[in-house]
Amino acid sequence: MTAARVVGLHVLVLALLFAAQFVVSDYDQLTLTRMMVLAVYAVGYNLLFGYAGLLSLGHALFFGAGLYGAGLAAYHFEAGVPLAFVAGLAASLLVSLLIGLIALRTRGVSFMIVTMMFAQAGFLALLYFSRWTGGDQGLPLPAAARSFTVAGLTIDLADAGTRYNVAVALLAVAIGIGLLVVMRPGGRVLVAIRENEERTRMLGYDVFAHKLKAFVISGGLSGAAGAAYGLMFAYIGATFASIQYSIEVLLFTLLGGAGTLLGPVLGTILMFYLIDKASEVTSAYLLVVGFVLVGLILWFPKGILGTVRDRWARWLP
Amino acid sequence: MTDGVNQARVSRRTALKGLGIGAAMAAAPGFVRYAQAQSSAPIRLGAPFHRTGIGASYGRWYEQVATACVNLINSEGGINGRPIELIVEDDGTDPQRGTEVIEKFAAEHKVDVVFGHLFSHVVAATAPRAGELKIPYLVCSEGHQTAAGAFNRYTFQPGITDVKAQVISMAPWISQNLGRKVTIIFPDYAFGHDHRDYFSQAIEAQGGEVSALIPIPPTETSFTRYFPQIPSDTEVIYHVMVGPGVLTFVKELGEHLGSRRPELFGFIDSIEAVDLASPQLEFLEGTYFWEGHPRYAQPGQSEFDRFYRATVGVDENGASVDDPRDVSTYAHMFSVWETLFVIKQAMEMADYQGPEQKAAFIEALESIESWPESREHPQGEKIFNAAMHQCFGHQYISRVEGGRLNVVHTTAIEDGLYEQEGPDYREMPL
Repeated sequence: MTAARVVGLHVLVLALLFAAQFVVSDYDQLTLTRMMVLAVYAVGYNLLFGYAGLLSLGHALFFGAGLYGAGLAAYHFEAGVPLAFVAGLAASLLVSLLIGLIALRTRGVSFMIVTMMFAQAGFLALLYFSRWTGGDQGLPLPAAARSFTVAGLTIDLADAGTRYNVAVALLAVAIGIGLLVVMRPGGRVLVAIRENEERTRMLGYDVFAHKLKAFVISGGLSGAAGAAYGLMFAYIGATFASIQYSIEVLLFTLLGGAGTLLGPVLGTILMFYLIDKASEVTSAYLLVVGFVLVGLILWFPKGILGTVRDRWARWLP
Repeated sequence: MTDGVNQARVSRRTALKGLGIGAAMAAAPGFVRYAQAQSSAPIRLGAPFHRTGIGASYGRWYEQVATACVNLINSEGGINGRPIELIVEDDGTDPQRGTEVIEKFAAEHKVDVVFGHLFSHVVAATAPRAGELKIPYLVCSEGHQTAAGAFNRYTFQPGITDVKAQVISMAPWISQNLGRKVTIIFPDYAFGHDHRDYFSQAIEAQGGEVSALIPIPPTETSFTRYFPQIPSDTEVIYHVMVGPGVLTFVKELGEHLGSRRPELFGFIDSIEAVDLASPQLEFLEGTYFWEGHPRYAQPGQSEFDRFYRATVGVDENGASVDDPRDVSTYAHMFSVWETLFVIKQAMEMADYQGPEQKAAFIEALESIESWPESREHPQGEKIFNAAMHQCFGHQYISRVEGGRLNVVHTTAIEDGLYEQEGPDYREMPL
């Protein structure tokens, strides 16, 4: 019964997001598209941070791996959109597997620092190899890299409506993967690791294998978001692999509620509108964002949906 | 006679009916909007400026110039009899926010034209979206990507030259006046790589040689350990740095070189918005800088430069008239002024009345071939390569003398010309 309610809620949210394109303004449609792609990134991040309790400060590396894997394939090798997306996904899965094998040997603060340093090394490598990556200036993707044909149907990512529905589909897949992970026994093990890693190990679970699995799925979703972002918005640049984008996804997750599947989606959308509206009023809008986050940590430390779950809906995954 | 009376009566009645119907229609909300659109509704210009982030010192002055210029144009009747409404958004000098902002301009503010982006990574992220949204996007950057054909029909750079033109036009003068063995110190990312590649080619074409290339990693905060890499036979050090570390870089370079030093040639970016009277910058005395537009008013200053300075609130030393310590980004910010007048000119050529005439506006802009030095173009005359959507103009080489920059050479426009590298933008669909 609970499982049906959970699945029903997530399907309802996705249906509402799909239906929103018919009622919101053109501007909101454009921004919601971007928010949904970034929400995929946040959903991926949350699987590691919210459920396994591993706070990474280097997830921009995986977002960047997907962005560049797809973008470079499209830019230098003229790969079509599907192949470029697969290249981005494969790059992020490979990078997250390699980094996970090393970083997961550390815990706590050390894990944060190791992930951050790997991400910084990746960022600097993108700058250093600017002849191929475009470095800090980045590379705009040509129009030819934006459309593809499936079963005689041409899908043009430059079209606002098409792009919106691709974003909804991508988010649906990400949430589906999230549900599969957290509602199965493996998801329970991740929560157990978060709450007490030693006890979980004592119970006979292979903690390292479970953490590595979560790490790779998290990195893969982040990379899928990066690949989609590059192909949908026609630009790849090193800025997206910088520390700023590792911190942003953490803030999205904290705002919406770490350890809740829909929290990062809500956090991403709210954070965007907070910045957008505050910047219309003052150039100190980041200060406003800072105050909101301080208030959130003081009074709603589990984020919006985390608080909702504690008080009213214990069944929320 | 009778016919005449009847005609007059009918005519008056018809006229009164017509007036009545006309008044009723004019009172209807839809008609009011239409009537205004044809007469006095403002032309809306979107200005994404770097109010925050690493470009903030530039963004503040870009906004000040834009505001002053729009006020001037409006006081003189606007464009096609319509006032300009300037809508400013902060892009945080961030590529993601840059693209969000252009979507906001296009879909929410519904502006006619977007202009004013400077940092090339923000431009590179935003330009593809401008093309897809079909909104004219006039950048005030120095990036080479527009001229290289990387963008689209809607993206222009008509108010400032690109980095390649700037760099290659410096090389002949440097090799003839300062020396032929050059060490290049540059930030190790794309902006610095442009300088490394284009200047290396240009100096070698002049018979010179690059003694050493010294890249500085972008996260570096102290530079002393890089300076021993400068070969002893170097005749000229060519340096270009941007970002928060520039003042430290220049000071540490001075400490390392001491009194016996090779010639120094830098891009003004290294000290843009920095007061030359800052402590420890004395060693810059006798060194040379590229300037896009001379910061200090020069002997024989044109009436156009005098008018421009007074209008944007900058004194003869390139600082704010309200605070002499508040040094402007004078070498770059003229591009905002000139771009606004380019918009005005193209809209007047197209008799622009609204967004349905975007295509006519772009075609009018592409038909322009040159601009004379004038009140609208105080930096100097320019030619416009419509196929590349890029202007070409004069560059200034200045020497630090007595704590101010004096122009010692003005390049010819031809010094900065180069072959077209990319497609002809005019052949792209609108």
